[in-house]
Amino acid sequence: MSLELHNITKQVGADTHIHPTSLVLKPGSFNVLLGTTLSGKTTLMQLMAGIQKPSSGTIRFAGKDVTGVAVQKRNVSMVYQQFINYPNFNVYDNIASPLRVAGMSSAEIDARVGKAADLLRLTPMLKRRPNELSGGQQQRTAIARALVKDSDLILLDEPLANLDYKLREELREELPKLFAGREAIVVYATTEPIEALLFGGTTAALHEGRVTQFGPTSAIYRTPRDLVTAQVFSDPPINTAIVEKRGETMTVFGNVAWPAGSARSLPDGRYTMGIRPHHVTPEKAAKTSGAFTGRVLVTELSGSESIIHVEVGGSTWVSQSHGIHAFEVGASATLHADLDQALFFGANGELIR
Amino acid sequence: MTKRSFVPIIYIIFLMLPIYWLLNMSFKTTNEILGGFSIFPREFTLDSYRTIFSDPSWYMAYVHSLIYVGLNTLFSIAVALPAAYAFSRFKFLGDKHLFFWLLSNRMAPPAVFVLPFVQLYSAVGLHDTHIAVALAHTLFNIPLAVWILEGFMSGVPKELDETAYVDGYSFPAFFGKIFIPTISAGIGVAAFFCFMFSWVEMLLAKNLTTVAAKPIVAAMTKTSSASGYELGLLAAAGVLTIIPGAIVIYFVRNYIAKGFALGRV
Repeated sequence: MSLELHNITKQVGADTHIHPTSLVLKPGSFNVLLGTTLSGKTTLMQLMAGIQKPSSGTIRFAGKDVTGVAVQKRNVSMVYQQFINYPNFNVYDNIASPLRVAGMSSAEIDARVGKAADLLRLTPMLKRRPNELSGGQQQRTAIARALVKDSDLILLDEPLANLDYKLREELREELPKLFAGREAIVVYATTEPIEALLFGGTTAALHEGRVTQFGPTSAIYRTPRDLVTAQVFSDPPINTAIVEKRGETMTVFGNVAWPAGSARSLPDGRYTMGIRPHHVTPEKAAKTSGAFTGRVLVTELSGSESIIHVEVGGSTWVSQSHGIHAFEVGASATLHADLDQALFFGANGELIR
Repeated sequence: MTKRSFVPIIYIIFLMLPIYWLLNMSFKTTNEILGGFSIFPREFTLDSYRTIFSDPSWYMAYVHSLIYVGLNTLFSIAVALPAAYAFSRFKFLGDKHLFFWLLSNRMAPPAVFVLPFVQLYSAVGLHDTHIAVALAHTLFNIPLAVWILEGFMSGVPKELDETAYVDGYSFPAFFGKIFIPTISAGIGVAAFFCFMFSWVEMLLAKNLTTVAAKPIVAAMTKTSSASGYELGLLAAAGVLTIIPGAIVIYFVRNYIAKGFALGRV
């Protein structure tokens, strides 16, 4: 019952929204589509659901070609970022609507809606209209409607993005439990790398309509195939610099000499180095580290963490560290990069080490 | 009376004066109206109203008006709903120009269309029918209804459509069961404007009818009849013509307030 995309593309006029993409999603799997806004997450989901038709390529479900099959004929559910419910139906009717269309008996509908409402703690609100609910409850209703029919494919398009912090944390924790033990393929689109890491499962990193890498989430995080994937999968953005490696040392920012770190076994030459912000700290923490001094652009303090943006060698580097490190804007700060954790990319952007 | 309320009160007096004068006249005899100036009727009479409700040539004029106004509202909304949906949901060649062209239909004075309409409807045997007036008024009302409904429909995210399809609704089922109830406020506002424009429009209505479908706007503006001037009667007809509009406004007043905020009117 797996969903297979074979070389699907989506062209709209002269624009290519999705470049040739092939993915195989297994039943019972939790798949995260990770990418920035406009990277093609929603389009890819609409292609999977059948709301849009691919310009070329085939989509197979459980071995059958479903490329041209209308969305009504497929067994899918979808939850959007905006809280989409039928405004003229109360919560009960909203949840019951896919079952009613399917022609289920009212006793069966009652039982299923009751169960879904229970699961999403909506039982006291069943008689209310969506506009009488809070944002969190509205999104719960949408999720309940997606769960109530036993869909083969459940698509969640940034379902938590419009919720406030507390509700997001709460639902984020509940979501994996709701899907556990189901046969359905779950696809979850998000712009936030942290969500992908929290949910685990498999991740497809998307950039400008291309799946740059698809595989187990932690593997992609640790060894991104290329620089673009590393950039998609890093928040705050990954720090990059061009380095010249010579023997045991390398030159960064044009004139700073650092030990080669994880690049020590690479042949001499020019590389793009990437270091995640949490590997750049105000205190020397790692065995092999490189120090640099930059001008502080801004410091964000979150209480337990400090995020320091500095300007160095013409680019902006970000440091993310525990504790409070307050720097004056414009002051110079010395930071230490953990070079054993550095990633090195070749001229074509591919990961070398 | 405070200073603040002075201006609004003056404004309301100016606004209500013609309506008061109409009401005043409707309770007077024609002789008194022609006799001189009087703020209150000296001989209060309901004769004018009695005549209107007992003479078929008067009360049927209201019925004719209501029939073609109702038909027109129905036609306009029925045609405008799918058109507005297309404008709000799809991109097609020249969509923006077509949308503007529709609206520009409202800019032509109705007088321009009197001659072609009268000739055309006579030629096809529709002259002096309710349908003729109802169809003629769609020229102005369909563009308006499309314009209003498009605003309301564009306020509904297209994800609602997609969610319905994902849930298994066919397009007609979605449109009828979910989409139309969702934009009911917009339909109310559009219907209200169609009703009002058709109800007050006189030139086409008067020229396209003679007897069988003669509307009230035509009946109440004939200044003389076999019995000479009947100004009291005409005033009473005027008062009764205001009433349906007032009733419709009463029913859609909440929608209108909501409508002006949501859609564009």
